[in-house]
Amino acid sequence: MFDALRKLFGSEKESSKQIAARRLQLVLVHDRASVSPEIMDKLREEIIGVISKYMDINRENMDISLANGDKDNSVALVANIPVSRMKHGK
Amino acid sequence: MSGNKTRAEIIVITSGKGGVGKTTTTANIGVGLAMKDKKVALIDTDTGLRNLDLLLGLENRIMYDLVDVTEGRVPYKKALVPHKKFRNLFLLPTSQVKDKSSVNPEALMKLCDEMKSEFDYILIDCPAGIEQGFQTAIAGADCAIVVTMPEISAVRDADKIIGELGRADKDNIKLIVNRIRPQMVEQGDMLDMKDINDILSITCIGQVPDDEKVVTSTNRGEPVIMTEDSLAGRAYKNIVRRILGEDVEFMDLHKDTFLRRLKRAFGMN
Repeated sequence: MFDALRKLFGSEKESSKQIAARRLQLVLVHDRASVSPEIMDKLREEIIGVISKYMDINRENMDISLANGDKDNSVALVANIPVSRMKHGK
Repeated sequence: MSGNKTRAEIIVITSGKGGVGKTTTTANIGVGLAMKDKKVALIDTDTGLRNLDLLLGLENRIMYDLVDVTEGRVPYKKALVPHKKFRNLFLLPTSQVKDKSSVNPEALMKLCDEMKSEFDYILIDCPAGIEQGFQTAIAGADCAIVVTMPEISAVRDADKIIGELGRADKDNIKLIVNRIRPQMVEQGDMLDMKDINDILSITCIGQVPDDEKVVTSTNRGEPVIMTEDSLAGRAYKNIVRRILGEDVEFMDLHKDTFLRRLKRAFGMN
């Protein structure tokens, strides 16, 4: 009954206000950190360089970005890097 | 603060983005403080784009402007325009002909220092943007009021301004959320004061609804705070009381609709 009502009132779907808040939070993380896209690109390349020494990674599906951290106003660098194969140690 | 020798608190009103209601806010807070028997000076620093005079209905009384004062042609007292109704409210208008770089931060700071002993409050209306005009306007301020509205670009610019104020060591910053449309908030289609507060993490001293009375009062050159029965006017009155240090509860902008009562009955609100 409550679920049906909730659906009726549309609280299941993300409202445009929630979308606005989410977009703002993300863009402000970047604004506040003042990290340019060029720097992010460079950072990405260097991280790939380091990791590639030890393992083969799937570059297409990797994602490195800034996000909100756990605490208020903290920023986290979140990297999701799929590993396709570990390299054998020599 | 009402003794013979007063030392004004200098407040800069700023926003980053244009069109969010900086000048309207300055005019209303200025009139509101004057209604509370404070001696108030309003300095318009938006050089080249004079508007505060219009909102106060003083456009026909201007003889000299801010640039005349900072360049030493006339003493500031000669340039001050007294308000028609509130005799303890004065406007120092901006120049309509010069460009934004014609007043520098040092000159404005010097002027504020000179005026400080004569007033309880000096409000500085800041130009939009974060260039030199902004740096000039904030230079002498003790505290800043950032005006924003529930629109992502305005909130983003407010965040930028808060960052700039921090870099200039202005740490006493308050927020006003202007032009809220309660019905859209109700429908989940507009950020409300709490959302913006959470995002910007700045103490909020007011939420002002988007009120048609603001338009009609602007048409007449009488800030809406002078209108008895308007929601926006009441919101500005509360802001003035908060500036004076009172603890005032935030008013409910929403009408008690059927949907609201129903939602509340089901514990969803």
